[in-house]
Amino acid sequence: MSIFIDRNSLVLVQGITGRQGGFHARLMMAYGTKVVGGVTPGKGGEWFEGVPVFDTMRAAVRTTNADTSLVTVPARFAPDAIMEAADAGVKLIICLTEHIPVADMMKVVTFCQRLGSRLIGPNCPGVMTPGQAKVGIIPAMVAEPGNVGVVSKSGTLTYEVGFAMKNAGIGISTIVGIGGDPVIGTTFVDVLEMFENDPETEKVALLGEIGGSAEIVAADFIKNAMTKPVAAFIAGRSAPPGKRMGHAGAIVDGGEGSADEKIQALEAAGARVANNPEAIPNLLA
Amino acid sequence: MKLHEYQSKFLFREFGIPIPNGQVAKTPDEAAAIASQLGVPVVVKAQVHVGGRGKAGGVKLARDAEEARRYAADILGMDIKGLVVQQVLVDPGADIQQEIYLAITNDRGAGSPLIMSSLEGGMDIEELNRSRPDAIIREHIDPILGLNGFQTTHIASAMGLPRAHWRSFGNILRSLYRCYIESDAELAEINPLVITGEGELLAVDGKVIIDDNALFRQPKLAAQRDDSGEPESESLAREAGISYIKLDGQIGCMVNGAGLAMTTMDMTKLYGDADRIGPANFLDIGGGASPEQVAAALRIILSDAKVQCVLINIFGGITRCDEVADGILTAYNEVKPSVPMVIRLQGTNASEGNAIISQAQIPNIISAQTLTQAAQLAVAAVKERA
Repeated sequence: MSIFIDRNSLVLVQGITGRQGGFHARLMMAYGTKVVGGVTPGKGGEWFEGVPVFDTMRAAVRTTNADTSLVTVPARFAPDAIMEAADAGVKLIICLTEHIPVADMMKVVTFCQRLGSRLIGPNCPGVMTPGQAKVGIIPAMVAEPGNVGVVSKSGTLTYEVGFAMKNAGIGISTIVGIGGDPVIGTTFVDVLEMFENDPETEKVALLGEIGGSAEIVAADFIKNAMTKPVAAFIAGRSAPPGKRMGHAGAIVDGGEGSADEKIQALEAAGARVANNPEAIPNLLA
Repeated sequence: MKLHEYQSKFLFREFGIPIPNGQVAKTPDEAAAIASQLGVPVVVKAQVHVGGRGKAGGVKLARDAEEARRYAADILGMDIKGLVVQQVLVDPGADIQQEIYLAITNDRGAGSPLIMSSLEGGMDIEELNRSRPDAIIREHIDPILGLNGFQTTHIASAMGLPRAHWRSFGNILRSLYRCYIESDAELAEINPLVITGEGELLAVDGKVIIDDNALFRQPKLAAQRDDSGEPESESLAREAGISYIKLDGQIGCMVNGAGLAMTTMDMTKLYGDADRIGPANFLDIGGGASPEQVAAALRIILSDAKVQCVLINIFGGITRCDEVADGILTAYNEVKPSVPMVIRLQGTNASEGNAIISQAQIPNIISAQTLTQAAQLAVAAVKERA
């Protein structure tokens, strides 16, 4: 088992005829993901690598019975694309797009919740269940199947840690990139709860960063509701306050969201916190 | 993007929020002219993007035009927390009976707008939040429905605002909400919103921060950017589309991905802090990392004279390390850095990338296998040069 996606997930790619969408759709197919179609308004009726392209999500879902959608369209169109997927009844929507205004995301996240669709992201690398399927841009080479669940705000840092785990002979059940934006569809706690309930996940690695309080809320959950061991790393100990470090959400603001306060909360909750991401495998051994 | 106080208040005025009818001055003469035109005691206020102006002496009450000129001369050119004051706002003094705090912000955790309001305005909200959290009324707004009438009444009532002011407070709150939504603000704050001796409400100080990701649809606000307090390297990076923040260490970092870029900074500090060595910058080169991007990033990093070593850490996922290696060599030949460069390429096509670097046989390029090793080598390189 795994969380969110497996070899049976039926995936649509919104923006499949675009450069990014097409490139990653091919890599997903090569990994074994069942990509059953794509959506690009105005290109319905075309084909992409043997799968149909539709004008609308409603038509795509009706024809393919897809349960998962990957949003790869630019920031100006992504909020509409996510809502279109939720409206069409897609239960899992993963959005890679960076630079979506927060005001849009507040509406979109609320809309998805009301329709019962789970949104992951935006501004995230996606989800990968090693050996089964990947939806997003996580490179195949960074993980082998195994029993550690990984949840992260960041892309390349996750690859770094996955790769270190692989070199240490530690496999992964599912990697979930939740994204580095201030308002996101799925939080650390949502994913921790799923890992706690997933029989194939025995341990969890959490990769956080400065900004907001999601890691503090996660620490509460780890303390009160988790039995599985958690190893963690928090990026941004050397970041100055008041500066946004690349990710829209990565800012220590009004004394809130510093790496040190997150590390303290996680340690107090019983998580083992590494000061070097390459040391994460030691904490999971 | 932060707006200055005067920009924030002029924006409030466009949405119908009453503000003092002051003006901006760039010279003491202009300040004196504005004061004599207003004909009343005025407040001369430094316009800089930092908090604590008052404590730093950047806000002064002047009884007449001559005093306004003198204070403006003191304040203009003043250094407040590293920023030089280039303009002052000259506002008529207000007859303050009561100070209210009123702000709308994005609540990240709740994923919705949050209104915060308190009758104990005037002071720093973080301070008030620490000392008297119960004095702040907090109301979340449904992002799809917007602000409802009953919520306005609830806020006025719960904060203990005298009924005589409910109507005008409600108008101001609705206007501020419209301003927050239509300007794509992360924060729209009035502190204080004062009740004057005549019983009028007036936004005496204001602060607005616009969501950078929404500037594409806010051209009028984007045009108000004042980057005079920004290091030149940061302006260069913004123009090149590279995410860069200047810090004060010695190791210039070039990394793909924001989380890994922060981590790389942390690692230089982890291994260098005992010798007061740390990161010179945050830099996320983004996906792709073409030769042009690598060269631009290298030039930006080296524009900081404190940099004693460059650390390039690339974890190739979709990015191919052999392409990055080509980019590094092109950039090297173009920029010809005099400081050593530690290069760590891992992930997709890493061995090809490392082969390209080693075949080039450049004496001050040092190869590293892991991030740990890269950080240690960079720290050692800085120590050697000291």
